[in-house]
Amino acid sequence: MNRLRPISVALAAVIASASAAQSANLTLCWAAWDPANALIELSRDFEAQSGHTMRFEFVPWPNFADRMLNELNSRGQLCDLMIGDSQWVGLAAESGHYIQLNDFFDEQGISMDAFIPATVTGYAEWPKGTPNYWALPAFADVVGWTYRRDWFEREDMQAEFQETYGRALDVPATLEELKDIAEFFQGREIDGVTVYGAAIYTERGSEGITMGVTNALYNYGFTYGSPDNPYELDGFVNSEGAVAGLEFYKELYDCCTPPGSSDWYMSETIDAFRSGQVALQMNFAFIWPGVDQDANVGGDRTGYFPNPAGPAGHFAQLGGQGISVVSYSQNVDAALEYIAWFAQPEVQQRWWELGGFSALNAVVEAEGFAESQPYAQTFLDSMAIVKDFWAEPSYAELLLSMQNRVHRYVVAGEGTAQEALDALVADWIEVFEDEGKL
Amino acid sequence: MSETLVDRAASATPQRISRRIRGLSDRAIAWIFIGPTVILLLAVNIFPLIWTIYLSFTNYRANRPGAEVEWVGLRNYQRILNDPEIWQTMQATAHFVFWTLFFQVLIGFALAWLINQKFRGNDLWTTIIVLPMMLSPAVVGNFWTFLYQPQIGIFNYIVTFFTGADPTSFSMIGDVRLAPWSIVIVDTWMWTPFVMLICLAGLRSIPESIYEAAECDRASKWRQFWTITVPMVLPFLMLAVLFRGIENFKMFDLVVQLTGGGPGSTTEVTSINLKREAFEKWRTGYSSAYAVILFVTVFGLASIYVKALNRVKNR
Repeated sequence: MNRLRPISVALAAVIASASAAQSANLTLCWAAWDPANALIELSRDFEAQSGHTMRFEFVPWPNFADRMLNELNSRGQLCDLMIGDSQWVGLAAESGHYIQLNDFFDEQGISMDAFIPATVTGYAEWPKGTPNYWALPAFADVVGWTYRRDWFEREDMQAEFQETYGRALDVPATLEELKDIAEFFQGREIDGVTVYGAAIYTERGSEGITMGVTNALYNYGFTYGSPDNPYELDGFVNSEGAVAGLEFYKELYDCCTPPGSSDWYMSETIDAFRSGQVALQMNFAFIWPGVDQDANVGGDRTGYFPNPAGPAGHFAQLGGQGISVVSYSQNVDAALEYIAWFAQPEVQQRWWELGGFSALNAVVEAEGFAESQPYAQTFLDSMAIVKDFWAEPSYAELLLSMQNRVHRYVVAGEGTAQEALDALVADWIEVFEDEGKL
Repeated sequence: MSETLVDRAASATPQRISRRIRGLSDRAIAWIFIGPTVILLLAVNIFPLIWTIYLSFTNYRANRPGAEVEWVGLRNYQRILNDPEIWQTMQATAHFVFWTLFFQVLIGFALAWLINQKFRGNDLWTTIIVLPMMLSPAVVGNFWTFLYQPQIGIFNYIVTFFTGADPTSFSMIGDVRLAPWSIVIVDTWMWTPFVMLICLAGLRSIPESIYEAAECDRASKWRQFWTITVPMVLPFLMLAVLFRGIENFKMFDLVVQLTGGGPGSTTEVTSINLKREAFEKWRTGYSSAYAVILFVTVFGLASIYVKALNRVKNR
């Protein structure tokens, strides 16, 4: 019996080490927001099927980029899987933070053609437009609008709006129409409460005002660079159309937003809408399931529409993220296993049902998808018109310059729109010169 | 004869070691004692400083570890000193530091003087007054954003009560003219008690006999205040100004929570700007030069001030 003891101990050790190798403890890093809770729920199936355990590291949006980019830049091993912002992909790819997934996708038969094209370009590719994939589209998101349908449908509102503007009070087709509606509701008394026109993004610290203002800039003619040379900025970033777009956003801020909304981003605009302060709300689509369920404004009381067109086009700011495997992870195989599991159509379908916005064509093009939720058609329409911010390795510098220039003009009222955009061009040129791209 | 502490230490030291120590000079023994501290200081203070100075002459970026690091000479310093944005943040910082010191000294001294009158319940009042400085600046910044909220914030309603203005007609943290004052008000609310405590210590250190002598000489209360109280409290007051000046020069958390540097860059003090350059834009070389400039500025000003403080103390 004693002779067998060392053998049994050794065998137990081998089994223990083998099972340890098989079942990993994976950490997934993302922003702390409603979809993250849905992902926890979804991931329970993965844990049950794979035997791996999942931990989640969620950071609130204002600190998300700071915290996670610090983690990546310091080559930290906290995160095995990262659902990083779309703009990080250039930096993460060039600095070696993410594992390139092309070979893995080929092995697993995962095709990027199966996903909404804009999400593949936005979340997965670097360099853009090339078949080099660093992420799997995980959460499709886009800026859109919610409105108080119950206020719009009131007969007294309809009549007064018709008399004032000569058209029916309805979902706006253009940004100018949107401003009219916001102006109409600004300072109005509804059921004894003073309400305001629109809650829009004005946040200064992270990315808020940029994610808001681009919805006007794109539609008035702003482009990030010349079609022939993406780094040729002068005349594109500060074009006549771009100036008009920036002026429009400032007018909207000045005329039609609630008092004290000088530093608002996602959570503040949600609060304003849910508390019945505003008729219109600009926000990413991720909030729509929550709004629909809200006791105060949910159900039929709220409607959804894509960002309205402008004189030079019809676009909306892309949000959303792809899921990547962090190259410093000790659990690369298990992390890849998670991605393979997550890419399955039935998992993606369940993701949508739980409140996650799937980017898989099989889900969003399925019969009945558009009617599956009151906001589903708006989501589809919005995803068809998306445009994204720079995804260059120096995106943070580009973003902070834009935050600074735009906030100074729109909120602080410094200078003119032309001066703000000229200064932005100068800032961006300096960044690209430092990068050696100019 | 009772054994002293030195005797006990000597008897407890193993002979092998005591023989070695016996051959050492006092200076060598002193170095043995302070050596670990000196090494620690060099590692955590001096080396990073020297490294920062070195980085300030390069284009190094901490988020691109693989990228080639170039020696750029004085380019970073030139850029910073010629950048109007940096000068704007310096102005915002100067405005903040000057006015917070002004109000904190004025109100802090007045409160200390009142508390020193030894009225009934002054201990309770002292405790109540010092409460704000016990809070975390991040918490203070966060709840003042609610107090300043135009629709629900109590601050606007208090202003309305006294002026009759519509509370929603002005936004303390959203208006370029008011935002710099909004951070001054909050910092003053939070840190005046600190100045008060130091002044109180100064006031309580003045011997009663001086005032009694002045009374005998029939000096008026006003004269006693200017010729006894103020000169004797002045070194304490200057010390409080030094502490608060240095703290406010590097103020970060309170302002970030309150305004985030906005609107525009109206309240973007140097520490916020430096943090953006260093840890958001990741321009490590550039931000090192920026940090060196700030260090030299604070160090220089503080040195001049400490000399003045010593002169006042020795008067």
